[in-house]
Amino acid sequence: MLRLAPALIIALLVLPVGAGLLMVLLPAFGYLPALGGHTASLAPWQMLFAQPGLERSVAISFASGLVSTALALMMVVLFLAASRGTWLDRSIRRLVSPLLAIPHAAIAFGFAFLIAPSGLVARLISPSLTGWERPPDALIVNDPLGLSLMAGLVLKEVPFLLLMSLAALPQLAPEKRLMLARSLGYSPTIAWLKTVLPSLYPLIRLPVYAVIAYATSVVDMALILGPTLPPTLSVSILGWFNDPDISHRFMASAAAVLQLGITLAALLCWWLLEQLIRTLTRGWLTDGSRQRGETALRLFGRSALLISSSMALAALIGLGLFSVAGFWRFPEVLPQMLTLDHWQRSGSMLASPLLTTALVGLISTTLATALVLATLENEHRQHLQPKRSLWLLYLPLLVPQIAFLFGLIVAAESVGIRPQLGLVIAGHLLFVLPYVYLSLAEAYRQLDPRWLQVARSLGVSRSAAFWRVRLPLLLAPLLTAFAVGLAISIGQYLPTQLLGAGRVTTVTTEAVALAAGSNRRLIGVWALVQAGLPLIGFMLALTLPRLLGAQHREHAS
Amino acid sequence: MPTDLNPLRGTFSTALATTLSTAMLALALPAMANPDPSDWQNVVAEAEGQTVYWNAWGGDTRTNRYIEWVAEQMQAQFGIEVEHVKLDDTGSAVARVLAEKQAGNSDDGSIDLIWINGENFAAMRENDLLFGPFAEALPHFALTNAAENPEVVTDFTLPTEGYESPWGKAQITFYYDSAQTEAPPQDMPSLLDWAEENPGQFSYPRIPDFTGSTFLKQALIELTEQDEALYQPVSESDFEAVTEPLWAYLDALHPHLWRSGRTFPDSGPNLRTLMSDGELSLAFSFYPTDAAVAVMEYELPESVRSYVLAGGTLGNVHFVAIPYNSPHKAGAMVLADFLLSPQAQAEKQSLAMWGDRSVLDIAQLDAADQALFQQGERHPSELPADALSNTLPEPHPSWMTALQDAWLERYGVN
Repeated sequence: MLRLAPALIIALLVLPVGAGLLMVLLPAFGYLPALGGHTASLAPWQMLFAQPGLERSVAISFASGLVSTALALMMVVLFLAASRGTWLDRSIRRLVSPLLAIPHAAIAFGFAFLIAPSGLVARLISPSLTGWERPPDALIVNDPLGLSLMAGLVLKEVPFLLLMSLAALPQLAPEKRLMLARSLGYSPTIAWLKTVLPSLYPLIRLPVYAVIAYATSVVDMALILGPTLPPTLSVSILGWFNDPDISHRFMASAAAVLQLGITLAALLCWWLLEQLIRTLTRGWLTDGSRQRGETALRLFGRSALLISSSMALAALIGLGLFSVAGFWRFPEVLPQMLTLDHWQRSGSMLASPLLTTALVGLISTTLATALVLATLENEHRQHLQPKRSLWLLYLPLLVPQIAFLFGLIVAAESVGIRPQLGLVIAGHLLFVLPYVYLSLAEAYRQLDPRWLQVARSLGVSRSAAFWRVRLPLLLAPLLTAFAVGLAISIGQYLPTQLLGAGRVTTVTTEAVALAAGSNRRLIGVWALVQAGLPLIGFMLALTLPRLLGAQHREHAS
Repeated sequence: MPTDLNPLRGTFSTALATTLSTAMLALALPAMANPDPSDWQNVVAEAEGQTVYWNAWGGDTRTNRYIEWVAEQMQAQFGIEVEHVKLDDTGSAVARVLAEKQAGNSDDGSIDLIWINGENFAAMRENDLLFGPFAEALPHFALTNAAENPEVVTDFTLPTEGYESPWGKAQITFYYDSAQTEAPPQDMPSLLDWAEENPGQFSYPRIPDFTGSTFLKQALIELTEQDEALYQPVSESDFEAVTEPLWAYLDALHPHLWRSGRTFPDSGPNLRTLMSDGELSLAFSFYPTDAAVAVMEYELPESVRSYVLAGGTLGNVHFVAIPYNSPHKAGAMVLADFLLSPQAQAEKQSLAMWGDRSVLDIAQLDAADQALFQQGERHPSELPADALSNTLPEPHPSWMTALQDAWLERYGVN
């Protein structure tokens, strides 16, 4: 049974992505019999390339993916290099993992309100410092270069990359490396960059690739923060797929294929940059310089992450204020009155989506965790090296959602699978599984094998050793992985909406539907609910091991 | 790993083959027998116990609350379960029916009723995605007095031919903060003057948004000399010549808009949020009661007032339609009929519930039913009741698409 796990996992992930891509590729070349497309043609592509502003859409999708990832990675790396385990450093770390849990759309709404000309920041300094009685007519959110989109992406990418790095770090024994380098006279930040980073990067490379793929094709954040004339390619694609003029579907399919190409091009470009940087820094790594740049790097490393985390936090506070706001106009810093109306009005509509969200999240994450554990345990028992083909696990993260989901519904319909809860859960599994694997694999492989050897030598069977020794020892990373999985499931919009035909309503689908009404007070309520659920998951993941650990110790004494 | 992967490759290609062959097979299957709307008793009997999935835009909590009320009534009166599938874009429901048709699912679709009008209706009709005719056979349909009120059987100049049933009425309504603006503009030329004097305080939603596109049509009707051309398919007239005054107008207007016309609000409701933030001083909505509702919900100040342009504004009727592959057509028809009942229409029109105008010919109702429509005092931010008589009919739907394409061509890249 266990031996089948890796194959099963890959089938579960590769089949849907492959089938979905196929069903997008065919219409991209004119084949869609239901609409009278029976012969292959290049017409969809001609129509696509005739769209005004296509080049700019493509350029912004490509650039926002690369720039935001580079910035986020730099911030995380320099923070780790500069962090010294002080109180502030530890609090930032603690703050960051719950931030990971907050859905993109919620952060984007809050962030937009923070930086808009009539937003929180402008209100804080108006009219006292600026003299503005009315909000200035400045184009900040939705700027044509996509800068606010990139900033929003960075806010969400930083917690993810930091968590992935923190999970990978222990196996590198960074303290030993640092101590050695310090004894040779390297200043701390430089020492970290020269001795730890070169070994750390290969371990977080796949997560970095996943971030690039996500950022080049993101829809929800781009809708809220991204440029509009023209929008990013992914936003255009969504519009074309939903266009009532049905001939647009051919072009939308071609555009989805183009999106895949852009994501791949961005990944290729990043890979080339990796090679370039490796060559360029080879000299610096070994030139023996011990101090140069220390202060600047340390300052940047500590402040950048602090700023981005506080921005994310401020965005949430803004949402919270709106959810209880009465009339509240610029330049008032606080609402004229507070009211619970918005919460009360939403109250009755919250129950059923909350239940569905919990159900879908728990089932898909439990399945994902079980499959990942089975794969890892199989690897351990067969003494296999982590396999190359396991990169297939990341396929759903590397192929943009928008490129295969529309095709996936057609594929599912064709084999008679109707939209329903089960299909939604299976769809969530596609995205939850890779993240659970990412979060758990290293901790699993790094667990000291001697614990299990001792257990076996005491006559315990393999499976008893797994259940009674390995799992309890891995409780903390297991719960974190579970919380990450839950957060991913809760945040899914497109898969839930498309695979459930809108019948499966989660807090996220409700939040997006309400967002169309642009009532910021209600958006505040729903975004907080959406953010609150995974937060609870993370709190539990952080506190449970301690509580259980304390119990264990009590039993022992 | 290669050994582990081998069986997988087999499964993958087999599954693909199955996928394709099933798709082709399904295309050949005949549809199930549809309920006959003229035999109403049978329809009601068949409907009992069905679950109707009603796909309707879900961006407004008041609409959502009304639909919830409808669902309760349907359960109590007919034993029909109504599930509101909340959409962020009605186009996505059209796309869903299309995807089902593409996959050969012709009798077990996922949508039973859809809130629709205009170009979405035109697109679904053109591709035979709707069930019908059924609307004129609904018992309550007679109350609309269609002979006198042709707008309930005409959707953007297209005859509905019974493929959708009227539900409510909308009309472009402007609103402004009377504490900041004394004399709001009353027609398109004075709107331009007003924008020049108050730069950055007016805008319209980005095309292809529905409300934004309606603004283009509104401006075109006022500016062009060739009004009659707008009520024919666009292919029958000289598009450039008819729309020339519109583009000249927009070229002049855009530099004075919010953000100098370099970006536009993303939807009709978004205009309201910008009013609320104090970024705009003048805005418009498709729902005449929108401003009053926003005041009640703390979004706008109490000094907000609504009005209709001097020469009238565009108005239209919104409908419900049944996709051709709905498995619960009987339930959907009973629901569409209930929506036309005086009880449901009056509840919908009440400002405390939703505030959407009725499609019934209220003067023709009997006294008891007329009494249902008596409202309490008018909200000060609401439009005076007589203002809405000045309704301009919607142009042919092909104009909407043509205007959208031309706008994107001109202003889509800044």
